[in-house]
Amino acid sequence: MKALARWLLTRRLMLAGGLFAMLALTALRTWAQENPSVEQTLADHKMLLDTIWVMVAAFLVFWMQAGFAYLEGGLTRAKNTNNIMMKNLMDFSIGSVAFWAVGFALMFGDGNSFIGWSGWFLSGADNSPATGDAYQGVYSALNWTGVPLFAKFMFQLVFAATAATIVSGAMAERTKFSTYLVYSFVVTAFIYPIVGHWVWGGGWLAKLGMWDFAGSTVVHSTGGWLALIGTIMLGPRIGKYSREGKPQAIPGHSLPMAALGVLILWLGWFGFNPGSTMAADASIAQIATTTNLAAAMGAIGALIASWLSLKKPDVSMTLNGVLAGLVAITAPCAFVSPLSAAIIGLAAGVVVVFSVILLDRAKVDDPVGAVSVHGVCGALGTIALGLFAQEGYAPANTTGNGLLFGGGFQLLLAQTIGVVAVLAWCVVTGLILFGLLKVTVGIRVSPEEEVEGLDVGEHGISAYPDFVLATPGQFSLGGAGLTGSATGSRLTAPGVKSPSPETHT
Amino acid sequence: MVKVEAIIRPQKLDDVKAALDEIGIAGITVTEVHGSGKQKGYTQTYRGAEYTINLLQKVKIEVVVPENLVEQVVEVVQETARTGEIGDGKIFVIPVADAIRIRTGERGDSAVK
Repeated sequence: MKALARWLLTRRLMLAGGLFAMLALTALRTWAQENPSVEQTLADHKMLLDTIWVMVAAFLVFWMQAGFAYLEGGLTRAKNTNNIMMKNLMDFSIGSVAFWAVGFALMFGDGNSFIGWSGWFLSGADNSPATGDAYQGVYSALNWTGVPLFAKFMFQLVFAATAATIVSGAMAERTKFSTYLVYSFVVTAFIYPIVGHWVWGGGWLAKLGMWDFAGSTVVHSTGGWLALIGTIMLGPRIGKYSREGKPQAIPGHSLPMAALGVLILWLGWFGFNPGSTMAADASIAQIATTTNLAAAMGAIGALIASWLSLKKPDVSMTLNGVLAGLVAITAPCAFVSPLSAAIIGLAAGVVVVFSVILLDRAKVDDPVGAVSVHGVCGALGTIALGLFAQEGYAPANTTGNGLLFGGGFQLLLAQTIGVVAVLAWCVVTGLILFGLLKVTVGIRVSPEEEVEGLDVGEHGISAYPDFVLATPGQFSLGGAGLTGSATGSRLTAPGVKSPSPETHT
Repeated sequence: MVKVEAIIRPQKLDDVKAALDEIGIAGITVTEVHGSGKQKGYTQTYRGAEYTINLLQKVKIEVVVPENLVEQVVEVVQETARTGEIGDGKIFVIPVADAIRIRTGERGDSAVK
């Protein structure tokens, strides 16, 4: 019996196997007819994987808006929280439109080495995902990545919005909301894309041999230097400096909120840096490693620096330290060893603490440390690339070796020129932009509104309305006073439980 | 009737409330307050700038009782709220003109029982 059963089972399995093999063969034949080239299929699959990675990275970078909103909200007072949320929400919304209409064309459209000048509204000719010589279109600066145009756009858009949103924290608690909206548009439409064109759009800094892998200078310094100009033009918050000019503490209303914001940003950076490969490349793991080490060492550096100089391991300084490390490693992340990344992160973490204190004493009132984190540490990281770039970590035909690894001064010089050029550009355009806004619509709210808080002044609603007198409604707890109808029931609903004759006629 | 108003350390609230419960006093009103007295403030640092907090967090409890219970309530509060360090707070005893229970309209001592 047993032998018979086994024989039957084997036969059945063989039949099923044969049938499966036949079906598979047929499928394979059809597939081969439809896809004459296996290479083509592999290329298609690579394009799809690249697209998925670029989009996932773009979504992570988008989420950094939440990180910035929470960081800035936590480090400012409760009376300005709605205003900060609205600024972070609206700079992304306005930035999305501005970068789609104008910014992307100025940054990546074909033009000269100063400015791109084609492909407005994302409607230029383009045969992406074709790459290299096979590419035909007006966005040739991006022809090195084999993903569709929309993937390129979405990834670049979230970067533009990051540059814009950096400023909101530095100018927090006193900037007119309407003015901030105008600023957001100008930055994502013009100021940021032109810098971007110089470095990533085949412009003059790229030709000079300056490298900025994911935007220490292009994104972060641009935002940081604009924040510096905006903050100086605004002046310090009321109460920030004593009559003798000594800086006073204006504690943020929620350090836990700021901490959550920083952790969100840290996660977002795993899209920001490894995503800048714009391909599902094995190097994303290397880039994630350098990115993470720099963030960790940034935290440790700021922790030690604040512990030694301020007596306590300062919470908000350590949060800034994480971001300082992340900003600094953004340019070199793909070109340096893990050890170099750790050194760069540590340096940024220490520098950010003293930069915050010095700016505070210099009467630059930046409530969240955006100028120090993004401006100063962005410059630090970009220049560090000129020192620490190392063949073997850097892909072939990119940076080559930096000064410390025998590459000479050439890269360091190009990096420094890039930092200075972007600083100069941001100072000039920032002065023009904020200057014009100051003499026309004004950039600062009235002192009365600033004291009362921008939540109520600008938006008419507190973030935490915990004591609200509502108008007595139709339903109220027992008693005759409020509703004019006492039915003896705990929940009285006049017109429902005891309808008046009028309601029936 | 008398109102016993005590300003105490926030961390002593649980003990005081439990001790009052034990002697049958259930009616109590608690408020978070800030104040200063002999206990000096303390200094905090925020992003490198020092600032002094001169008003300290305290809890105010209010209990209204018939006159014959006053000494007992004061004793219980003083015993349970005391640490012996500066900053234990104060007790104030204040006469109350009348009391009305909103639900029933009872007045005087029977309104606070």
